[in-house]
Amino acid sequence: MTLRTVLLAASALFSVGLYGALSQQVVVMVMMGLELMLNGLILAAAAFWWFLAPDPSGQVLLLIIIVAMTVEMAMGFAVATHLHRVRRTDMTDMAADLSR
Amino acid sequence: MPDPTVTVVPGGWALAAAGLLGLLAVAAAALDGFLTARAAGSASSGWSHPYGEAARLMRQRRRTTAAADRLLWRTGGAGLLLMALMIITVVPLGRWTLFDLDVGVVWFNAMDVLAWAFVWLTGWGGNSTHSLVGGYRFLAHGLAYELPLMFALVAPAVGASSLNLGAIAAAQQGLWFVVWMPVAFLVYCLGVLAIAVWGPFSPALGADVAGGVTAELSGVDRLLFKGGRYALLAAGAGFAVPAFLGGGAGPLLPAWAWMLIKTLALLAVFVWLRRRLPAARPDVFMEVGWVVLLPAVLLQDLIVAVIATGRG
Amino acid sequence: MLTHVVFWALAVIAVLAGAAVFIVDSMARASYALAVSFVAVGLQVLLMQQNYVGVVTILMMVMEMAVMAVYMVMFMGMNPALMPMSMVHDNRHALAVSIGVFVLLAAGVLLVPWPTRRGGPPVDVTAALGEELMGPKMLVMTGVGAVMAATIVAGVVLAAHRSRYDRFGDDLRRRPADDPQPGGVGR
Repeated sequence: MTLRTVLLAASALFSVGLYGALSQQVVVMVMMGLELMLNGLILAAAAFWWFLAPDPSGQVLLLIIIVAMTVEMAMGFAVATHLHRVRRTDMTDMAADLSR
Repeated sequence: MPDPTVTVVPGGWALAAAGLLGLLAVAAAALDGFLTARAAGSASSGWSHPYGEAARLMRQRRRTTAAADRLLWRTGGAGLLLMALMIITVVPLGRWTLFDLDVGVVWFNAMDVLAWAFVWLTGWGGNSTHSLVGGYRFLAHGLAYELPLMFALVAPAVGASSLNLGAIAAAQQGLWFVVWMPVAFLVYCLGVLAIAVWGPFSPALGADVAGGVTAELSGVDRLLFKGGRYALLAAGAGFAVPAFLGGGAGPLLPAWAWMLIKTLALLAVFVWLRRRLPAARPDVFMEVGWVVLLPAVLLQDLIVAVIATGRG
Repeated sequence: MLTHVVFWALAVIAVLAGAAVFIVDSMARASYALAVSFVAVGLQVLLMQQNYVGVVTILMMVMEMAVMAVYMVMFMGMNPALMPMSMVHDNRHALAVSIGVFVLLAAGVLLVPWPTRRGGPPVDVTAALGEELMGPKMLVMTGVGAVMAATIVAGVVLAAHRSRYDRFGDDLRRRPADDPQPGGVGR
C-alpha cells in the first residue's frame, strides 16, 4: 500500500464510474456511475491525506466529498421522480430536449 | 483515543465472544418459547422450544422458488447474524474488548444500517410477492426509525465527549446515562427492536402477507434468519449497557458479571415486549417517527449538549 | 505485510464490484454491487487511519443503496429476474473515453514525482477533525449546513406533486388535511 497503488485503484474506480455515467440510459444508473466516480475521489483524497500531509485540516476535504455525494443523490432522486411524473420515463434520451 | 481502562484481548477470543452471543440468543429464544407456550396455555413449558425448532429446521430440505436470486437471498438470510457479530466486537465486556475502536458508536450505527440491506435482500431474493411486500414494509419502517436512532446514539457520545464505548462506560461512574437521557434510551430500544424486526416492527414478517420476508425461507436459511433476529436483540441489549446503563458499574460483583446481568435483563424485557406492544403499521408509524420521535430525540440531544457544555 | 494483502484484496473487490454495477442484469444486484464497492473503499479508508470518515462512508452508502434499489425497481418497471437489463447508449465512445481517462490518470500517478510525507497524523484523528470543523474550518461547516437545507427544500419541491391547496382545500381551512396516506399522529 503506497500512494501510487492507492491512486491507481482510485483511478480505476473513477474510470469505471465515468464509463457508467456516459453509457447508461437510465437516470438512476447514471447516478450510480457518478457515485462510483466520487467513490474513487474519496479513496484518492484519503490517500493524499495519509501519504502526503496527515495534518488535521486535510480530512475536511473528505467530508466535503461525502456531502457532495449526499446532495447529488437527493437532487438526483428528486429530478428522477419529477421526470417520471411529468414524462413517464426514466431515460435520459427522452429528456434530451431539456438541454436545449 | 484508546481508553486506558479497557484492555484489548487477542483475536482468538472472538470465538468466545461469538459463543457468548450465541448463548444469549438461545436464552432469548427459550424465553420467547416459554412466553408463547404460556400465552397459548399449552401443556409443555416451552423452554425447550428453540432446540426442537433448530433441529427441525436443520433437517428440513431447502425449498426454492422459480428464478430466485440465490446469492442475494442467502446473503440476506445470513446477514443479520453477521451484523450482530460485528456489533459485539466493539462492546467491552467489563475490562476486555475485542476491538477498541475510537468511533465505536458510529460503528454500531453503520452495522445497524446493514439491516436495511439484508432484510430487503431476503425479501427480494425469494422472487415472491409476499416476501417482497415484507421487504418494502421493513424499508418503510427503516425510513421512520433510522434517523431517531442515529440521534439517540448521539446523546451518550455527547454526554461522554467520546465516540469510544469504553470511554462512554467510564463516563457514567457517577450517574447512568439512562437517568438523564431517558428519551434517547427509549428511542434506542425502539431502534433495536426495529433492526431485529421484532415486536411492533414485525409487520414485515406479518401473517397477513404469509410470513412476509420469511415467506419462502426454509431449512437452514430460516434458522439463520430467526437466529439472527435473536442475536441482534442480544447484541443491541449488550450495546445499550455501556452506552446507557453504566457499563460494568455495580456493587460486589466484577464488571463482566454486571455487564452480563444487565444485558440479560434488558434482553428479557425486549423479548417480553413482543407481546405487549401493538404492531406499528409502516404508513402510520412513518409520521410518528418524523413528527414525534425525531423532534423529541433532538430536544434530548440539545439538553444533553447544554448540560455537557455547562459541566465543562 | 498483512495491511498490504488486505489493501490489495479490498482494491480488487472495490473495482470489480464497481464494474459489476454495469455488467449484471439485475437491478438489486447492480445496487448492492455498488454498495459492496463502497464498503470496500470505506475499509480501505479505515486502513489509512481515518476511522470516522471510513465508517461514515460505509454507513451512508449502504443506506443510500437500499434506497437506490427501491428507486430502480420503482422507475424501471420490469421484472429483472425474468428480463435481462441492458440499456446503454453510445457504448463504444463511452468505453474509449473512460479507458483514455484511466490511462491518463494512471500515467499521471506513475510519472509525477510525489513529494514525501510532511508531518505526522494527530494522536486522535477524529477529535482533530471535529476541532478543525468547529474551529478554523467553521466556514465549511456553515456552508455545508446551508447547502443541505437548500437541498432538502429543493428536493421536496421537485418531488412532491401536491401543494398545500391540495391538502388543505382552496381556502386552506380544511382540517385534517386531505392526504392519500393517513398519518399516525392524526393531524
